[in-house]
Formats: sequence, structure tokens, C-alpha cells
Amino acid sequence: MKRAHYIAFALVIVATIVVLKLPPRAATQFKLAIGSFFLPLFGLASSSQQLAEKAGNAVVPRKELLKQNEQLRRENAELRTQLQRDAELERENERLRGLLGFQKTSPLKLKAAHVIARDPANWWRNVRIDLGKRDGLRVDLPVRTAEGLVGRVSEVSETSSRVVLLGDANCRVPAEITDAQGRQTVDRGVITGGAGVLDESMVELSFLSKPGAVKPGQLVKTSGDSSFYPAGILIGEVVDTRPENFGLVHVARVKLAVKMHLLDEVFVMMQ
Amino acid sequence: MNALNTIFILTIAFLAVFVESSFGTFRRFLGAQVDLLPALMVYASLSAGLTTVTLLAVLGGLWFDSLSANPLGVSILPLFLIGFTVHQFSHLILRGQTYAQLVLGFAACGFAPLFTLLILFSCGAEPILGLGLAWQWFVMTTLGGLLVPLYFKLFNKVYRTLGYERVPETSFRDDREIKRGR
Repeated sequence: MKRAHYIAFALVIVATIVVLKLPPRAATQFKLAIGSFFLPLFGLASSSQQLAEKAGNAVVPRKELLKQNEQLRRENAELRTQLQRDAELERENERLRGLLGFQKTSPLKLKAAHVIARDPANWWRNVRIDLGKRDGLRVDLPVRTAEGLVGRVSEVSETSSRVVLLGDANCRVPAEITDAQGRQTVDRGVITGGAGVLDESMVELSFLSKPGAVKPGQLVKTSGDSSFYPAGILIGEVVDTRPENFGLVHVARVKLAVKMHLLDEVFVMMQ
Repeated sequence: MNALNTIFILTIAFLAVFVESSFGTFRRFLGAQVDLLPALMVYASLSAGLTTVTLLAVLGGLWFDSLSANPLGVSILPLFLIGFTVHQFSHLILRGQTYAQLVLGFAACGFAPLFTLLILFSCGAEPILGLGLAWQWFVMTTLGGLLVPLYFKLFNKVYRTLGYERVPETSFRDDREIKRGR
């Protein structure tokens, strides 16, 4: 082996150790800076996808569009009515909280974002979205879809952010199990990680205290015990339970309400 | 040609990382994303110098980690070890043979994820583990290995298109012609 080869080998080892040992803040900044080189490509991919969608829409028959329009009008009217009712309930809730001397809750705003990339490594569950610091995002904001909770923001750059999804070990969510109607709390636990490498739709709910009361089909929602996630966001439903560590703890498998592999548009809950 | 070769390999690596991150067809149907860099490293180590191998390992690893939740720098060492080892023995390897390319591709694509996981564990990270990982490893090894001959074909085609056409040499020389008389 030539001397130059030894030098190259040593240099790479030293460089790797230096990069791995960078302070977390510096490493994140460095990572975001390198990741920003890909932004033009992501923009290009996103705009070409939109162009293809537009081209697809152009060939939809007028009859079909009118039908969809009518259906959306009807849904819109229904949702407006529901919104008015919800606003009334919220006002009443705030008034009663005020009477009881509880702290006022600040209303959550949703910001829509597109998923532009996924983690290229198989052992993480992360996606990248097209909102960043300039849109007011910060680390630890919860992310959801209309179906339920998706995860939380874990890294924020100027124009994009990384969202760690439910099922990743870095996304632990305090949750409660309610009956199928969602009225009565049956048990509480923590979503700790994925229930399988290949199945992105299953997660594990650990630290159950009353496993006997937990039944398949019961709903799992955020409990509000964490400062990150507001209470009452649907996570999924219980599939089964099993004892672990010789019956000392019980774990439930939960089927997520959101289809993580089909994520395209998400909402960041701004606080 | 050397600098062009290096630039071209690095450009392909950059695009490969983008493709891995943006297109999830394999992930959707096979449950695993194929890593395109180890196969490219095999090509680079058989056809370029150690500088290219080192640059590909460092830049490719950093690009990959920047789009992943991996701690920054985790992917550099596995890529470099593949490139360095293959490069050391490149004079003994029949690099034009598809069989040799496949064997090296399978070995490299099988080694890279295992070594990356080993580094991740030693860094205290908590990647998702389970029996499904064996299937993912199989998919990454098989499809990644099959990519090496494709990289050779792609690069050969590009160099044939962009490079100068080789002038065919003939052994005939005017001044050495033996003129036979009657």
C-alpha cells in the first residue's frame, strides 16, 4: 500500500470522527446547510408534479367536474354549519373555564404543507415538508392530517422542515385509550415506536396500567399530558394487547388513523 | 478526462441521493428503499483514483445524511471502506466482467447498511429494528448489487458519447510496403 493511501485513510477516519463529534447545534446547522443544496431539485420535482396534475385535470370531463362541484358545495354547507356550532361551543367552553378560574387556551392555527421528501434510510420514519422558519415553524410543533396525528417537527431550516413520524423512536406521544364512542377514558400509555419494520401503519402503546380494560377497536387519542401535543387528536385504534417482561408491563398494538406511506399533504399546528 | 470522470461520478451521486429521497416506489412495493451509493462506489473504485473514491465517500455520505435522520457523518466510513478495499485490489479484479461486478456489488450493498447500523448503535441512536430488517437488507443487497453493471453500462455510454472517438490504428505503413516486381 502506498503512503498516499495511508494518508487518505487516516484523513477520512479523522474527518468522520470530527463530524460525528460536532456539538448537536452545529451538526444540525451543518446538516441543514448541506440539505439546502437539494432544494432546487425538490422545487423542480414538486412543480413538475403539479404540472402533471394540472394536465390530468384538463382532461376530466365537464360532467364529472360539475358533479364534484355539487358534492363539494354540499359538504361546504354542512361544514359551515358545524363550524358555527363548534365556535359557539368554544365560546361557551372559554366562558366556563373563565368562571372556574382555569387558564385560557390559545386557539390553534393550521398551516398546510406538502411532503417533498422521505428519509432515504430504511431505519427512520421521517418526511421533509415545504414549510420552514420563514413560515413561522419551530421545533416540536405537532403535525396532523384530517384523519389524525402524524408526528412533530424535529428540524427547521429557512424553507423546509423535517417531521418525525409516529412509529419512530424519536416520536413518543402520551396517549389515552377511550371507548369506541370516544367518551370514556379506559387507560393511558405512551406511543413508543413502530410495531414492525415493514408495517408503517402499526405502532406500540406501552406502559398500560389496566390492560384488562383495553379491547380491540377502542380509540387512541393524544392525552394532552405533553406540552407538545394538544389533547384529543386521534392517533388510531387498538388492534390487540400483549404482556411483556413476564407480565409486568402490557403493550397494545395500535393501527394508525393516518396512512403514513401515502402522506402528501399535512397540517402543522401553529401555537 | 480524470477530472471530468470525478465530476460526473459526484453529480450522479448527488442525483442518486435526491432520487432515493424523492421517489418511494421501491419502498411502497418492496418495503425497502434501495441505497444507490454503495454500487456507485464500487464503480468509482474500479474506474477512478483514490481521490475520487475519497471525495465520493465524504460528499456522498454527507449528502445522504443531510436528507436523513442519521447523525451527520455516519454514512462516510462504510462508503469509504468499500471504496478503499475494492481500490486496493482493483488490479486483481476483472472489472469488465459482469460476474465480478455483480459479486462486488452484492458484497458492497450488503456490507454498507450493516456497518452503518453498527456505527449508529455505537453513537447511541435508536433506529427501527425488527425481523423486517432482514427483508430490507435482502432487498438492498440484491437490487443494489444489480446496479453495478448498470452503472458500468451508463458510464461507458456517456464516455463513448462525450469522449473523442478512438482512431483505429492499422499496421499498414506506406514506407514499409514491399513492392513485388515480376
